[in-house]
Amino acid sequence: MIDFSLLADGGMGWLDASGPQSHLVLSTRVRLARNLAGRVFGTRTTSPIRLEILSQVEAAARETGSLRQATLFRLEQLDKIDRSLLHERHLVSKELAGLDGDPGVRPGSALMVQGQVGAMLNEEDHLRLQALRSGLALEATYQEVDRLDSELGQRLPFAFHPEFGYLTSCPTNVGTGLRASVLIHLPGLVLTKEISKVLQGLAQVGLTYRGLYGEGSEVVGNFFQLSNQTTLGKSEQELLDYLGKMVQQVIEYEEEARRVLLRDVPAIVEDRVWRAYGLLRYARTISFDETMNLLSGIRLGVGLGLIKNVGMYALNKLLIYTQPTHLAVAEGIAPDDPELGVRRAREVRKVLEDEAGRRG
Amino acid sequence: MQCTQCHEREAVIHLTQIANEQVQTLHLCEKCAAEKGVETSSNLGKTPIGSFLATMAVGETGTEDAVIPACTACGATLVDFRELGRLGCPHCYTSFQEPLRELLRRLHGSSRHVGKRYRASPEGAEAALVEQELREQLRRAVAAENFELAAEIRDRLKVHEENQGTGRGRSVS
Repeated sequence: MIDFSLLADGGMGWLDASGPQSHLVLSTRVRLARNLAGRVFGTRTTSPIRLEILSQVEAAARETGSLRQATLFRLEQLDKIDRSLLHERHLVSKELAGLDGDPGVRPGSALMVQGQVGAMLNEEDHLRLQALRSGLALEATYQEVDRLDSELGQRLPFAFHPEFGYLTSCPTNVGTGLRASVLIHLPGLVLTKEISKVLQGLAQVGLTYRGLYGEGSEVVGNFFQLSNQTTLGKSEQELLDYLGKMVQQVIEYEEEARRVLLRDVPAIVEDRVWRAYGLLRYARTISFDETMNLLSGIRLGVGLGLIKNVGMYALNKLLIYTQPTHLAVAEGIAPDDPELGVRRAREVRKVLEDEAGRRG
Repeated sequence: MQCTQCHEREAVIHLTQIANEQVQTLHLCEKCAAEKGVETSSNLGKTPIGSFLATMAVGETGTEDAVIPACTACGATLVDFRELGRLGCPHCYTSFQEPLRELLRRLHGSSRHVGKRYRASPEGAEAALVEQELREQLRRAVAAENFELAAEIRDRLKVHEENQGTGRGRSVS
C-alpha cells in the first residue's frame, strides 16, 4: 500500500479551499508537455528505452530544487488499488496508471511529486510536468511548473524546433506544450440551462472543457475543467491571461445565474439545496455519482449562504474520500464490494454530522 | 472510448447536454453524431486530428502519401500518424514539415511558436554563432592593438556567456 504520508498534505494541498475564488474554483492545474531530443515518442517506445528515459529524467530531477526531495512512484510496481488511489487524487492520468484497459501499465511509467509540483514520466510524452493549486491561481501555478521546466531544461536535451517550439507526440500540444485548466463548479448555469450556451461560447473562443478527471472523463457534480485548446502561436503568458479572462467571465455568469435563481425561484433553489443536504445527511446507501450530484447541491447552498454549518474544505475532501478506491481502502473492503454504497452513505453522514457539530 | 450510441466505433464527439436538470455527456462516433444532427464540422477544434485526417483523406488512395517518405529517424509514416493521431519522434516534425505546418495552422491558428524558447535548442546554436562572431571580433581587435575595443568586446562576451549559462552543447543519446 502506498504511504501517502510521504507526500505533503497527501499530495492534496490543492483541496484546502484557501485559494482565490475557491467558493467556485476548486483548483488550477498547469501542465507542460516535454520530450527528450533524439528519442521516439511514447507510443513507439520499447521497454528498455522507457527505463533509460526514467533513469535519465529521475537523475536530472534529483538535481533540481523543485523535485530534489520528490517521492517517486513506479506505477508498474504498484498494484491496481494503489494506482487507482493516485488517479483518484488527480496525480496521474488514467493512461499512465494503466487503468484504461490495454495495454495496462507500461514499464518505466512513473510519477514524481514534491509538494504541489510533479512530473509524469513516460506518458504519451516523455515528461508531463505539472503544478496544482487551490482556487483560481493561473499565474502562481504556472510559475511553479515553469521553474521546474527551466531547471530540467538545463539538464536534459528537450526536443525543440525553432518554428514549432517544444515538440510533442500529438500536434495538439506542440509549441508551448502548455495546458492550463481550472476546475470550476457551475450549478447555477446548469440549473438555469445556460451552461450549453456558455460551453459553446468557450469552444468558439478556443477554449475547451472536460470532466472531473480530465480528458475523456464525464462531467459529474457540475464540475467542469476549463482549459486552453491551442498551445501554439501564443506565448504562455497570453494563453494564461486569455484563459483567466474567460474564466473570470464564466464566474460572473455563474454568479449572475445564482442571483437570478434566488430572485425568481428562491423556494425551488432552497428546496433543492436542502433536499440534497437532507438526502446526504440521512441516506443509508448511495452511489458515487449520486453523492457527487448531491454534494453539488450542498456546495451551492454553502455558496449562497443558505447552509452555514458545512465548510468547503470538508466538501472538497468528500470529493476524494467517497471515490470507490479511497473509500474501499479506508473501509478495508474491495472496491467492487456491494457494501460500498452503505459505507459511503455512513461516511458522508459522519462528516456532515461532525461539521454541524463543529460549526453549530 | 467507445461510442455510447452504437458501442462499435471510437467516440470522437463529446456532447454535453442538460436533461431533467442533470448534465449528461454523450460520447459519439462521427456517424452517430451526424445521425443525431450534431454538426461535426463546427467541432473542428474538438476533434482536430479527425478533421485533419479528413482533409488529408485524398491521400488515402496512396498517391499522396507515397510522395512523402517515412521519417528518416524513426520510420513512421503519414499513414501511421493518420491511424494513431500521434507522431513517431521529434524528427517527424521535420520529415513531415509541409503537411504538419498546414495542420498546425488549422489546429492552432498559427504554426509559429512564440513562447518560451529552449536554451539548448537551435536558438542555442544561434547563441553559439554570436559567441563565435564576438571571439572573431576580439581576435581582430587584439591583432589591431585596439585594446579599448577589445576590452569592450570582452565585456560583451562575458555578459553573453552569463546569459547563456551552461545549458548548451549537450549530446543526444
